[in-house]
Amino acid sequence: MTIRTEPMTVNIGPQHPSTHGVFRLRVTFDGEEILQVEPIFGYLHRGTEKLAEERNYTQVVTLTDRLDYVSSMINNQAYCLAVEQLLGAEVPLRGKYLRTLTAELQRIAAHLMGIGFIIQDLGALGTPLMYCFRSRERILDLFEMLCGARITVSYMRPGGVYFDTPPEFWPALDQFLVDFEEEFKELEQLLLENEIIMVRTRGVSPLPLDVAINCSVSGPVLRASGLQWDWRKEEPYDAYDQVEFDVPTSPDGDNYARFWVRIQEIRQSMRIVRQCIAQIEPGPVRAEVPLVLRPEPGAEAYGRVEASKGELAFYLISDGGISPYRCKIRSPSLLNLTVTEHLLVGFNLADMIVTLGSVDINMGEVDR
Amino acid sequence: MALTQLMGAELAQRVDEAVPGAVDEWSDDTLWVKPASISDVAGFLQSHGDFDMQYLNSISAIDYIGHFELVYHLTSFRKGHKATVKSRLAGREEISAPSVFHLWRGADFQEREIWDLMGIRFDGHPNMKRIMLWEGFEGHPLRKDYTG
Repeated sequence: MTIRTEPMTVNIGPQHPSTHGVFRLRVTFDGEEILQVEPIFGYLHRGTEKLAEERNYTQVVTLTDRLDYVSSMINNQAYCLAVEQLLGAEVPLRGKYLRTLTAELQRIAAHLMGIGFIIQDLGALGTPLMYCFRSRERILDLFEMLCGARITVSYMRPGGVYFDTPPEFWPALDQFLVDFEEEFKELEQLLLENEIIMVRTRGVSPLPLDVAINCSVSGPVLRASGLQWDWRKEEPYDAYDQVEFDVPTSPDGDNYARFWVRIQEIRQSMRIVRQCIAQIEPGPVRAEVPLVLRPEPGAEAYGRVEASKGELAFYLISDGGISPYRCKIRSPSLLNLTVTEHLLVGFNLADMIVTLGSVDINMGEVDR
Repeated sequence: MALTQLMGAELAQRVDEAVPGAVDEWSDDTLWVKPASISDVAGFLQSHGDFDMQYLNSISAIDYIGHFELVYHLTSFRKGHKATVKSRLAGREEISAPSVFHLWRGADFQEREIWDLMGIRFDGHPNMKRIMLWEGFEGHPLRKDYTG
């Protein structure tokens, strides 16, 4: 006797504990296997690009915090670089180092959340994620010392950073690096050679490099598919031309590779932070720029950084007024979602959420 | 090592040879093409070995009230260079441009977003519907004359 089966369409999200924000997937299954998938988003759309047209250049910094809200420092940095291009302003060396330092601390914090949630999605509820959060919390404490805020930092301003460091910052940073070295070793031991993680993620949802490039994928996802490309190397900004670091890649492109690349990037970020501490010298932290900025009419700038999720760029156009005439945000999370269908179709329901976690999207940035 | 920005004049000359009549004007670092030729020019820049534009960084749309402008930022990882191609669209109602979806899948969400927020349709896009807002939403909020 044959049993008749038929495909079933299921809505996952928009409010689902592991869809990483208000994100919805309409999925058609044949039993366990995914036949068709459609990502649906926009639930967190706040019209950031429109809001930016109504605020002056300095005020827009606060909007950027709310894009990829686990990576605010790097968002600040991309926007400030774009405004500085518009003005032709040069950031003082100490300002550059402080921006590089805080951006790398932020990358560690963001990647810790990224890998923590992959493990959570694999079913290890609680413990590994809390290990990641324990270290991330220390970084947020450091940010609080710098600017009084932990998440929505707005620490960077066009021309540099807003405050120099308070005296207690440097000993706290040194202590963090000592402690985190141990915590990170523990985390690597727990995760990298973990048999369950290997079995569940190796060979699952591989992303060929040509597909990744054609779909405008960037960041760790692109590097996990084998391309050694990092905007910090290709178009060095702030103090990245003063520090040494490697760009880890993997030829595999599967869920494990994406997970592995992020862990390696945390190591590289620690290297950069250490070099910044060694090289930074006293001096001004912000260029002399007016509070209300008026770039030349018709000036445009494409401020681009390697954010924790990939290529983040602010495309600003000035009409000579006090607000950007247009502020287009090139969001890595949105474009990395282009490969959702490619990654999921043909694989199992059980791996779906893990795969989504391995792409590491942030809805604040997807919807803007 | 920094990426080389391709010069507008050089781009204009090569594009004019390959797609006659496509070039509108050029500046130091930018090439403007006629809207009808967007897809042909993009295909040429992507497939010709001298340009090899594998990667579409972003598509942006700007409302200049008198006209709209589309901006394509392109990169070649192999050649280590980048280019900026723009196109001006006249009018405000029922405006459209050729899609580059068939060249770069990365255009999918960006073209839908431009339709949604700026009201420019892309001909040849297989799924031209709103992306951030819901179907039935009135108007296109990123336009300068949108008052909510």
